[in-house]
Amino acid sequence: MSEMSEGNESRVTREGVQGERPDREARIGEGLARRDGGRRGRRAEKAMVPEAEFSSSYYGLPILNPPVWKSLDIAGYFFLGGVAGAGSVLAAGAQLTGRPAVARALKISSLAAIAGSTAALIDDLGRPARFVNMLRVMKLTSPMSMGSWLLAAYGPAAGAAAVLDVTGLFPRLGGAATAGAAALGPLVATYTAALAADTAVPAWHDVHRELPMVFAGSATAAASGAALLACPVRETAPMRTTAVLGAALELAAAKWMEHRAGLVAEPYRKGKGGRFVRAGEILSVAGATGGALFGGRSRAAAALSGAALLAGSACTRFGVFHAGVQSAKDPKYTVVPQRERLAAAAEPSAKQSAL
Amino acid sequence: MGFFTDTSVCIGCKACEVACKEWNGVPEDGLDFTGMSYDNTQGLGADTWRHVAFIEQDKPIGNAESGIDHAGAPGNGATDMRWLMASDVCKHCTHAACLDVCPTGSLFRTEFGTVVVQEDICNGCGYCIPACPYGVIDQRKGDGRAWKCTLCYDRIGAGREPACAKACPTDSIQYGPLDELRERAALRVEQLHDLGVEDARLYGHDPNDGVGGDGAFFLLLDEPEVYGLPPDPVVTTRDLPSIWKHTGLAAAVLLGGITAAFAAHGRSGGRR
Ligand code: SF4
Ligand code: SF4
Repeated sequence: MSEMSEGNESRVTREGVQGERPDREARIGEGLARRDGGRRGRRAEKAMVPEAEFSSSYYGLPILNPPVWKSLDIAGYFFLGGVAGAGSVLAAGAQLTGRPAVARALKISSLAAIAGSTAALIDDLGRPARFVNMLRVMKLTSPMSMGSWLLAAYGPAAGAAAVLDVTGLFPRLGGAATAGAAALGPLVATYTAALAADTAVPAWHDVHRELPMVFAGSATAAASGAALLACPVRETAPMRTTAVLGAALELAAAKWMEHRAGLVAEPYRKGKGGRFVRAGEILSVAGATGGALFGGRSRAAAALSGAALLAGSACTRFGVFHAGVQSAKDPKYTVVPQRERLAAAAEPSAKQSAL
Repeated sequence: MGFFTDTSVCIGCKACEVACKEWNGVPEDGLDFTGMSYDNTQGLGADTWRHVAFIEQDKPIGNAESGIDHAGAPGNGATDMRWLMASDVCKHCTHAACLDVCPTGSLFRTEFGTVVVQEDICNGCGYCIPACPYGVIDQRKGDGRAWKCTLCYDRIGAGREPACAKACPTDSIQYGPLDELRERAALRVEQLHDLGVEDARLYGHDPNDGVGGDGAFFLLLDEPEVYGLPPDPVVTTRDLPSIWKHTGLAAAVLLGGITAAFAAHGRSGGRR
């Protein structure tokens, strides 16, 4: 590199630094005089002012760059993936137990939902035309990559199940497609929780143990709701049960999540995220209860309960989405838990040195 | 290869910000007046790959005195004010979350150990943005793709130092092999402590931290969060086994619950 003879070029080489600038070793803070005791005393007094619980951040700006995802696209993608995935499992169950109307309705709703979910995902890309790049690699560390492959397998299965059911063609192939969609469905419904959790967003990452259960419950409630909405009462008895199970799981997991996460769960109770979560709770409970009590008797009550369940699940996903964005925008949720972690890690060694 | 940014000698001239924009052809990103001291840039993003932070504190640096007689003024002639300036940049993490979560393989690790986006592959999915624990990478408006510091992949490939390091008049930004930079940084911290600058500390230098050590590390004069840096960043994928395990468990519960419900209800026409 001897051709580089510019005056201000400094290089770190194995032989040491060459051509460094003179200010590199500036003796900053050396000062003109040592401080006298009186000044130190004054400073010590200052330190008596109790520190605010959270005082330091850079002009209150976020530390993270918040997600740029559009809420309608990505929360919609979470919701529709749940309707599709859980719906495929319910459809297979309905088919096996002699409930053809439910099986057909849910196969169709799963196909529509997965198409809508994929469309939302593509619409959210900065370069939609490059969607196929998702299938360029297969990475276990990227839930979005795994999800793309999952959709690539599940989509055709769900599509074939619906089309072959409606047309009545190739019943054995239709059965295989139904089974295939049902096998992949549970993951289609839950991997979006892994997708959100595998980020630095505090309200998503720090609840990575509970969030998949919330999504599983929410998806089950939503797909059960679709059946209640679309099918005759005589076939939907199991779906009224799964609606209750799903709503109960969604609520219990969400409560457990808020309890476990402490400060980081605050956005699930505050602001836009909090309002959506609350609405989701109310709608899910109303839908599940209404379905269980009246869904077996009145077609209208069943339809209304089903709609409430679907809306409740959608609200929950929007709530989770907005809570995450809120937690990324406020530096408090990034700094305070990390500070606590550092303090906790330092504690044993402090104890040891005190002994 | 990497950066050592010694913020104790930064004079806040923003030569690095300008050099980076010029060399890399980074577009203009809005002209705001923020009132945040001399920082109108605000933070790293798609169109800011070097960002100089300005922090005004009511506190001197070490034993620094202005030498001007302020007798009679409040504070007994002290000039209790210091200005912390720090040029922030992508950390080129050893365990880089942005790279781990990128579904297209657009982000990759170079032969220099740096992390770079391939702009001909990125489809703008935006996943890397909330994955970065430092808030570095972002989506460029009107373009849709994700952009960030490349550690001047083109320059270092040709044996040159990155544009920011080259332009820095005080050598606050130093470029070189990481182990040598770490050695020198440790000496500099010692020197500053001897001078009475007790709050000097290194940030991101430790290969055992949550991201496996930064390819761009810093000498700071206050807590990281004061500069807008996370105090204990952890690569999100460190919890990936647990994330997948709990996702699998949830999927199993979904399948099991629905199966149980159908089993309990039996065939249609049977028990309700
Ligand atoms: S600082 Fe952020 S953008 Fe840079 S390598 Fe680390 S994770 Fe990626
Ligand atoms: S936005 Fe581009 S670089 Fe970032 S994760 Fe998506 S494809 Fe990769």
